[in-house]
Amino acid sequence: MAVSRPRAGLRLPGAEAAMTKGLVVTYLSLIVLIPLAAIAAKAFSAGPAEFWDTITQPQAIAALKLTAICSLIVVLINAVMGTLIAWVLVRDDFPGKAIVNSVIDLPFALPTIVASLTLLTLYGNDSFLGIHAAYTRFAVIIALLFVTLPFVVRAVQPLLLSLDRDMESAAESLGAGKVRIFTRIILPNLLPGIAAGVALAFARALGEFGALVLISGNVPYKTEVASVFIRGQIESDQVVGAAAVSVVLLVFSMCMLAFVNLIQKWGLRHDR
Amino acid sequence: MTGNGRLSRYGLRFVALSYLSALLLLPIGVALVKTFDQGVGEVITQITKPDAIHALKMSLLTVIIAVPLNTVFGIAAAHVVVRTDFRFKWAINALIDMPFAVSPVVIGLALILVYGTGGWFGADLAAMGIQVIFSTPGIVMAVIFVSLPFVAREVIPVMQEIGTDQETAAETLGAGPWQTFRRITLPAIRWGVTYGIVLTTARALGEFGAVTVVSGNISGETQTLPLYVSQQFETFNSVGAYSASLVLAILALGTLLSMNLLRRREETND
Repeated sequence: MAVSRPRAGLRLPGAEAAMTKGLVVTYLSLIVLIPLAAIAAKAFSAGPAEFWDTITQPQAIAALKLTAICSLIVVLINAVMGTLIAWVLVRDDFPGKAIVNSVIDLPFALPTIVASLTLLTLYGNDSFLGIHAAYTRFAVIIALLFVTLPFVVRAVQPLLLSLDRDMESAAESLGAGKVRIFTRIILPNLLPGIAAGVALAFARALGEFGALVLISGNVPYKTEVASVFIRGQIESDQVVGAAAVSVVLLVFSMCMLAFVNLIQKWGLRHDR
Repeated sequence: MTGNGRLSRYGLRFVALSYLSALLLLPIGVALVKTFDQGVGEVITQITKPDAIHALKMSLLTVIIAVPLNTVFGIAAAHVVVRTDFRFKWAINALIDMPFAVSPVVIGLALILVYGTGGWFGADLAAMGIQVIFSTPGIVMAVIFVSLPFVAREVIPVMQEIGTDQETAAETLGAGPWQTFRRITLPAIRWGVTYGIVLTTARALGEFGAVTVVSGNISGETQTLPLYVSQQFETFNSVGAYSASLVLAILALGTLLSMNLLRRREETND
């Protein structure tokens, strides 16, 4: 075995570490930090009063409200259906389960514009099912459900896998019914996963653009979500308005991320 | 199992599978049928149009630049987050996650405000003859932004898991930092890195919103494949849109398959 010569003294301790840190900070600054700072600067470039006027103009309010309400409906459906799907994938067994399990990741892999086109085929006006959902709020919700499907499932699945079945058996032998076992034992253990999945799905739904652009019709006051409104403002050269509404979205999304971090810290509290 | 238990089990299975069918499988199946409405020949004609080929090349180019950069960054960032400790580490951590939370359209706007004409660095870049926005560098930057967290997020938990014992041992035996990284750290994190690369590639190939805003969407020039799909649809060439989507879907399916293979491999390794 070749023994490498000790080179202590030749190499600068910590120089590589400092270089790595410098590289990471520079890259993050150029790509993420400076551009996001520019948005905030632009949004407030005409003062806080102007900022307030911009985000409270009727069309902006309508877009923000639609985004918030649709996202809320979508994450509520996700909380229930995501947990249910995770449950079926972990506790049930049927032929083709492995395929179903990998299909869950499809919305993460499929480009959003393809998702939009695909949903339009089934739920659009040419649909062979006779569903004319395109350009309605229902279409907005369907598209958001599609892109956010994996979040709750993938957050709950590992928790369900590592759940100790002895607790359930104990409760059952003590006479607890199925519903009671679920609400008292299983659900509390899954809650951190559900909450984290919901927060990530909510952040994604708030900002979604590609999946909505073909199917929602982008009708102001009706089906125009915040991201589409921002794009419209950019295209009509209303950059300050676009930046102001962007800041509102950014603040919401950052709260979601902070929330996920809190949950993760809380979930790890017994590990330390 | 009691009759009641079996009933609720089948009930849950039925609800889960119906939901997945209505949301995922049925739309994709119907879109696939629609793609081949006018025969396989038409699909091939559509995807071999010069603009479609150019869009595909453009997409691949962004992937070839963005993925290696984000991979190196992701590994370096994971190292900084896991192996060092300093005051503003929380800020680094938060910034790495930002692209997951920011709307793609906002990302596009942010890049315009810094690198576009009239932007913070726009005038200086223009003086140097570099055009970022409405040009390839802008598209690449947008793609880098949206796909930035994946490698770091996959590698960080793995690095935390492996600990520092082996790295310290290698250093005690006289290995330099680079040697330690190449011989000890990299082999240990390789599956995390690979999984991260797959996710980065998928996101980079499919990005639409951020690229729409910064690209100017000039067909045959700054158009990536997802932009081509939307343009074809908007100009009422739905066969063209579906055919280009098929190409993207096949690439996505490849990604999905490799994700599954990697996951299985990880599980058998453990």
